[in-house]
Amino acid sequence: MEHQVKVYSTPTCPWCKKTKQFLDENKIPYQNLDVASDKAIRDEMVSKTGQLGVPVVDIDGDILVGFDEKWLRQKLNLPQ
Amino acid sequence: MTAAVYAARKKCSTLLISQDLGGQPNATAGIENYMGYQFIEGTELMQKFEEQVKQFAVDVKIGQGDSNLCQISRGFEVRSDGGETYQAKAAIAATGKRPRPLNVPGEEKLRGKGVTYCAICDGPLFADMKVAVIGGGNSALEAASDMVKIASHTYLVSLTPLTGDQILIDNLKNANNLTLFLEHEVLEIKGGNFVEGIRIRDLKSRQGKELEVGGVFVEIGLIPNSEFMKQVVTLNHLGEIEVNCANETGVPGLFAAGDVTNVPEKQIVVAAGEGAKAALQAYRYLQRLSE
Repeated sequence: MEHQVKVYSTPTCPWCKKTKQFLDENKIPYQNLDVASDKAIRDEMVSKTGQLGVPVVDIDGDILVGFDEKWLRQKLNLPQ
Repeated sequence: MTAAVYAARKKCSTLLISQDLGGQPNATAGIENYMGYQFIEGTELMQKFEEQVKQFAVDVKIGQGDSNLCQISRGFEVRSDGGETYQAKAAIAATGKRPRPLNVPGEEKLRGKGVTYCAICDGPLFADMKVAVIGGGNSALEAASDMVKIASHTYLVSLTPLTGDQILIDNLKNANNLTLFLEHEVLEIKGGNFVEGIRIRDLKSRQGKELEVGGVFVEIGLIPNSEFMKQVVTLNHLGEIEVNCANETGVPGLFAAGDVTNVPEKQIVVAAGEGAKAALQAYRYLQRLSE
């Protein structure tokens, strides 16, 4: 099953890098959205989450703020 | 992770249980003092650690913080915050530290809504805004140094005169969008849906002041992740687990390593070394048990 995955990140955020590393390792395609470079993307993230922190992961409309491997595995149907 | 590798290499049945792998180094942009790497990003170094753990027979449970550790008749039981329990004949606590909160009104409500503990992560989100950096040590100075390049104005608020390295203090001398409030305390973080300002007070004159800011970077140090051990060991005045040079806690079979302990230097290379020592001591303890 293909998931629609978006990652809202900043270029310097280590947890954002860890999130993207995890997705890359598990061959999960995703859209990387740099909130630092585009105010519209930042506003979209704030509108979705009501908060100002990265990373934010949107998997098929389900939202994660921060890095949580267990949550990611569950949402992406990966082995725990 | 180092403790797990050493234990597994001694053919101990090894379980590594944690909320995440890597801890503080994951929030560190660049590391220049871990031997073998002249410069490496924190996440990359921890990724290498993780890959090494996977080379060995280590059962890894991620996403499970430790809510409680207690002694049982044949060793120890750990209950994770998800309610799962695990038993072992020996245990090593290597849970590191987390950012210290300010503990002022408004902080908890506005956490993630302008209050942040990771300038490296969230700094760019506050471009062209006024921000406050709270703290006077190296972390605060580094955060301020980053934010003067990004924010329209940065207020650095510290309870004491600056205590960080002189080189970091000197880096800030030429910033014309920085205001220092030394020997000031933060009384409140204010805002509705997001941070709108902070209320501070001069410790000497007792005069208060309000600063209009959209972001508050709390950089006032770290506290040990040791609460889960309170039933079994007495923590020191800093909340650390006290260990001897063999990483023994005083409770037979219970060891601790790294930043969660009273080891005087909190560095990655020290923590890794302490993890190795603790695992070897745990192995010798298990050998003595089986004799």
